[in-house]
Amino acid sequence: MTALSELKIGRAGVVESLQLPDEIQHHLMHMGFIPDALVRAVRRAPTGDPTVYAVDGMEVALRRETARWISVREFESESQ
Amino acid sequence: MSSCCTPATIQIEPSHRTAGKIQTVALVGPPNSGKSTLFNRLTGLRQKVANYPGVTVEQHYGKLSGIDRSDLTLIDLPGIYSLNTHSEDARVAVDVLHGRMPGAPAPDAVLLVLDSLHLQRQLMLAAPILSLGLPTLVLLNMSDLMETRGGEVDTLALARELGVPVAKISATRGTGLDAIKHFLNKKSESVTVLPRLELPVVGNPRSYRQWATGISTRTKYKAPLSSEWTRKLDSFLLGRVTGPLLFLVVVFGVFQIVFSVGLPISNAFQTFLNDAGTKAGLLLGHGWLESLLIDGIWKGVSAVLVFLPQILLLFLFVGILEDSGYLARAALIADRVMRAIGLNGKAFIPLLSAYACAVPAIMATRTIENKRDRFATILVTPFMTCSARLPIYMLMIAAFIPNKPLLGDFFGLQAAVMLSLYVLGFLAALATARLLKSSILKASSAPFILELPQYRVPTARSLGLRLIDRGKVFVKQAGTVILCVTMVLWALSHIPFHADLPQSIIGHVGQWIEPVIKPLGFNWKIGIGLLSSVVAREVIVGTLGTLYGADPATQSLSLQAALRHDLTLGGAMALVVFFAFAMQCTSTLAIVKRETNSWKWPALQFAYMSVLAYVAALGTNVLISHFF
Repeated sequence: MTALSELKIGRAGVVESLQLPDEIQHHLMHMGFIPDALVRAVRRAPTGDPTVYAVDGMEVALRRETARWISVREFESESQ
Repeated sequence: MSSCCTPATIQIEPSHRTAGKIQTVALVGPPNSGKSTLFNRLTGLRQKVANYPGVTVEQHYGKLSGIDRSDLTLIDLPGIYSLNTHSEDARVAVDVLHGRMPGAPAPDAVLLVLDSLHLQRQLMLAAPILSLGLPTLVLLNMSDLMETRGGEVDTLALARELGVPVAKISATRGTGLDAIKHFLNKKSESVTVLPRLELPVVGNPRSYRQWATGISTRTKYKAPLSSEWTRKLDSFLLGRVTGPLLFLVVVFGVFQIVFSVGLPISNAFQTFLNDAGTKAGLLLGHGWLESLLIDGIWKGVSAVLVFLPQILLLFLFVGILEDSGYLARAALIADRVMRAIGLNGKAFIPLLSAYACAVPAIMATRTIENKRDRFATILVTPFMTCSARLPIYMLMIAAFIPNKPLLGDFFGLQAAVMLSLYVLGFLAALATARLLKSSILKASSAPFILELPQYRVPTARSLGLRLIDRGKVFVKQAGTVILCVTMVLWALSHIPFHADLPQSIIGHVGQWIEPVIKPLGFNWKIGIGLLSSVVAREVIVGTLGTLYGADPATQSLSLQAALRHDLTLGGAMALVVFFAFAMQCTSTLAIVKRETNSWKWPALQFAYMSVLAYVAALGTNVLISHFF
């Protein structure tokens, strides 16, 4: 298991769990960051942070300070 | 993890409320579902905007137009993901839906707007909404886009699953809206008895999610392919080199246009309004009535109207940036820098626009969802050097600073002083943001979560309606306060009647406060100027002109000479430093009150900025008097 923030650009993973306060967790889950959901790191902002993630057909940007509390199971092979 | 099979469910009786008696309809939907576009489409110019009592959430409501029931009121609720009352927006939405919000009638029916491009996720909101038991029509918005990108959904099956009617619409194009007409005009007898509906137990995103996934599978929902050119555009607009470059071009373009196009329009408008006032004054003849109407009321009205060109211009750009989808990208690029001072990326556009005028800038902070970040941005915005500070800066610099060349002819001492005043304001904003974020507005628990919408071409209709909406809000809110303040100031400077300014009440107060402002190097004339410029900063130049018996427009040289005769260099520089920090703007105070929905924040802001201005001016005077 790795933190979502450690996912390399272009790589994908499956959300395992979120370790954030309830309020933020609910918000993120409604944005699609829910256990078993597929997440892909799309691109970083030109300044290196936040990072844009594709989840559930949407693109959502999260700061590293938030993404590090979401654990993902990274796919072995390169994703499309 | 998701080992359980079917989520626990509750059963909802089909609604027996008669649809024919519908009076109030609530428009509900997640953020970015196109709800506001639909609201604009359905109400047009028949909409009103206000703040809900006690909160900063805006209430949009209006009479429906274009359907046969023009007596119906439509309430546009804030965009929400769930009825979980964690956010202020959601709390307001829940209170309105339950009829607990004072001043908002309980809705008899719900229009639930869902973005059909992301239907599976958006359906999660359907569960808590349907469990309210109100007659509901589900609208699948942007269905035209979904279909052109190869998405599909069986709406009949979806209606069966949800137990309520479902219609495909496009709010931008105005297609499919007949379904709303049918739904709202439906007579009670035509209500078919619906089967009982099974909904997941309240409050758990995972159970909602499973329920929504189940439904989207059974209704054969096929998500559309994501827009290819959004991705292509992003690799350019968010590119490592091209991204920041384009960002700078866009933000400075907006600044430049608001400043260089908006300012002359405002000035010309001001001249026009003044001339109109003078001409009307001639018709009225001389007397206290003429003075009250022209110097009091008309001046107040002009002071409000003169902001309109800049407000409309800025909101035109903010509208284009927001509707096209670029605003979210700009926030992404600026976030790293803005975070360093404790704000987030979305604060960038408001702070930059504040160089033209703080009023539209503060109104533009609505794009910042995080309340604490928004308040911090509102509170630091008036430190940015707005155009109303320029007249007094230019007057004092021209009078006291010799134009010695520093870097060739291009950059002289006068320009250097002007630039340092800009820097001073910016530094004060930075320091204040830091201070606020480490004290009363301490880092909020809500993180920066930014949805990047797909690029779209903004429509003239939605831009136009937004301009009318913001213009109305400003004129109504700032207008009331400014009118009161200008009339009070008029009375203070005209009582006793036929007295000159130094003999009026305000003149006496100005002389009375002289001991307080003497350490800053100011005399009683400056004191009166400071009092009169509480309405707006630029007023001080006119007041000083009157006091020194010279008209600043025609005889500016003599005013400069008079000032040089009366003030020391220390006092003059203390005055511009005072203006860099002080909150001498009633419009800004009025709009801060409106946006924070409380007098507490503008009062705090006024006190803080005044104290800071006094201390900084004192320091400036002491330092300069010591060294020169």
